[in-house]
Amino acid sequence: MIGHSEKAAQFLKDENRADWHDQTLWMVRQKRDRAAWSVPEWEDLREEASQIKNHALSNLDNYLLQFEEKVIGNGATIHWASDAQEFNDLILRIIQKNGAKKIVKSKSMLTEECGLNPFLEKNGLEVVDTDLGERIIQFRNEPPSHIVLPAIHLKKEEIGELFEEKLKTAKGNSDPQYLTAAARSHLREKFLAADVAITGVNFAIADTGTVVVCTNEGNADMGVHAAKIQIHCMGIEKIIPGTNELAVFTRMLARSATGQPITTYTSHYRKPKAGGQMHVVIVDNGRSKLLGNETYRNSLKCIRCGACMNTCPVYRRSGGHSYNYVIPGPIGSILGPDSDINKFKDLPFASTLCGSCTNVCPVKINIHDLLYDWRQEISEKKLLPLSKRYLMKIVGKVLAQNALYNWAGKIARWAIRNLPGNMVYHQINVWGRERELPEAPQQSFKQWYTKNSLERRSENEQG
Amino acid sequence: MIKVGLFIPCYIDQFYPKVGIATLELLHKIGLNIVYPLKQTCCGQPLANSGAHKEAIPVCKNFVRNFSEFDYIVSPSGSCVYYIREHYNILDQTNEVKKVRQNTYELCEFIVDVLGMEDLKIEYPHKVGIHQSCHGLRGLKLGMPSELVAKQFSKVHQLLGKAKGIEIISLDRKDECCGFGGTFSVIEPEVSVKMGKERIRDHQIKGAEIITATDMSCLMHLEGIIRRQNWDTKVVHIAEILNCNRL
Repeated sequence: MIGHSEKAAQFLKDENRADWHDQTLWMVRQKRDRAAWSVPEWEDLREEASQIKNHALSNLDNYLLQFEEKVIGNGATIHWASDAQEFNDLILRIIQKNGAKKIVKSKSMLTEECGLNPFLEKNGLEVVDTDLGERIIQFRNEPPSHIVLPAIHLKKEEIGELFEEKLKTAKGNSDPQYLTAAARSHLREKFLAADVAITGVNFAIADTGTVVVCTNEGNADMGVHAAKIQIHCMGIEKIIPGTNELAVFTRMLARSATGQPITTYTSHYRKPKAGGQMHVVIVDNGRSKLLGNETYRNSLKCIRCGACMNTCPVYRRSGGHSYNYVIPGPIGSILGPDSDINKFKDLPFASTLCGSCTNVCPVKINIHDLLYDWRQEISEKKLLPLSKRYLMKIVGKVLAQNALYNWAGKIARWAIRNLPGNMVYHQINVWGRERELPEAPQQSFKQWYTKNSLERRSENEQG
Repeated sequence: MIKVGLFIPCYIDQFYPKVGIATLELLHKIGLNIVYPLKQTCCGQPLANSGAHKEAIPVCKNFVRNFSEFDYIVSPSGSCVYYIREHYNILDQTNEVKKVRQNTYELCEFIVDVLGMEDLKIEYPHKVGIHQSCHGLRGLKLGMPSELVAKQFSKVHQLLGKAKGIEIISLDRKDECCGFGGTFSVIEPEVSVKMGKERIRDHQIKGAEIITATDMSCLMHLEGIIRRQNWDTKVVHIAEILNCNRL
């Protein structure tokens, strides 16, 4: 499989596009900064949000049971799924039991993670993603490249061409307002015809049994209000104790994500409509294992705001698809290896460990530390290429012994100075593809110091 | 008199001895009793950064052996200092290890926080851009990173701001990573170089003649790009600028 490095190199081949991608997301980062600065107690809020998540995760068993009880008390139905397969089967059963055919779905990274769409389609059902960005990538048969801005890798002209083909919009018209209006009337039909509405969940409130969904387009509400059956899908980590805690997160989520004070819609779903059904599906899919892992547990606090992606200088210049995992960017590079260490072992290395992600994270996940920890674990599990493992052993030996180190340094400097350029800048010199090596001086600092202190000593003795 | 050990990171020792010399001269001029232990090699970070922290342990131990006798250890590299403070937790926490972790300082930090000096009587009539190396900024907190909602400060700006004749330019992205990232620079060379080019461009657009930083590793990467592109921007380590004085 092609790793992050190769995919990133591909992405960078079109430099103008890469610059545009970087600048677009940097603007989002700047909006986030302005929004955060509008809240003087921002850093206190981050600490509070982090502690709430820690508390909720430490007491997850109780809160989940309390939530279940409240959901049932509200007249909704609760389901539990231990993995992706169970989850998909469960959703299919609800749909089939009701003889439903048409499904609308608002944004849910969980359903992406479990591959729900292709599974339902394979079973002859129509699933329409109703978030505009999601609909665009669904038309293109592509995964999202960002968890909040799923089609951020596309320019409006490309969307114009896509809609021309799929929605019969006017040729060459890529005016965003025009295209949005076209998508809107297309989606209206889908909303009106849908039997089932599926949504993700941003927060699940234990003491009321409410699920809270945050959108900017109101598409979750359109789906839920029009369809007879509503299904809300959540990972076990979405639980928070009560509405007081929710207030902390609603102040932070949109500010961190897009720089808005709050999402346009913050919808609370509590009970089924008259004559309708409300299902809440709680999914584990590796989360309880992660909860038991002391090192990486912190990553379960994630509220999927995407701030770490927008600020990540590597993400901005490599694009979300270069990560291969359903959740790209810094947080995805922690969650990916947790789901499949062999498949995603390159992701923790797709970072300079600059630490910007950790600083923007609204729930204070120490993202860059966890990436560092993954590197150690991947190395210890001998998942790095053999050549690299041997190299590390040799480098370790050389750097641990002064004489060996001095000798190796001398040879390296001699080689840079004296070998012909085509040998020094051979293909295997990855550094030198687009960079000069440093000029190698005759004397190392240590040689200079030794000589100098000897001279000084003899001067002193003579003097 | 306090005893100060000078740690010159491996790549500075081998490729940028002038940075080591500037650091040593400056600390001499300040009047410190400074010693460079001759059997030092490297802090171990290049290995751990690649995931091989177990292989780094003998290297870290060599560092501790060389430096545990000093009251303070000073180094012209924020990144190595950060590694020593933060990641020497893989060693048995003997008194020597604890002492080394507590007393190792990046050069600017040492001057401002330990010596309490701000004005080094520098003369430096140049237009300078300060690249805030990530490990120094976000790791050692040499300044307040732009992501955090808190009073902004920078110890490096504080020191350079006092220099006579200097003009410090302000950047569009004041603390974005340069893309070096240790082994990242060779694992993901394309992204690394792209990030480096943009960092340099930000300085060039603002008319900087010189890019300086607390870490020569960032500057080595930027210099490599500048030389390949035949640009005329120069890189100068912060120690070389701080040493431009008659103390």
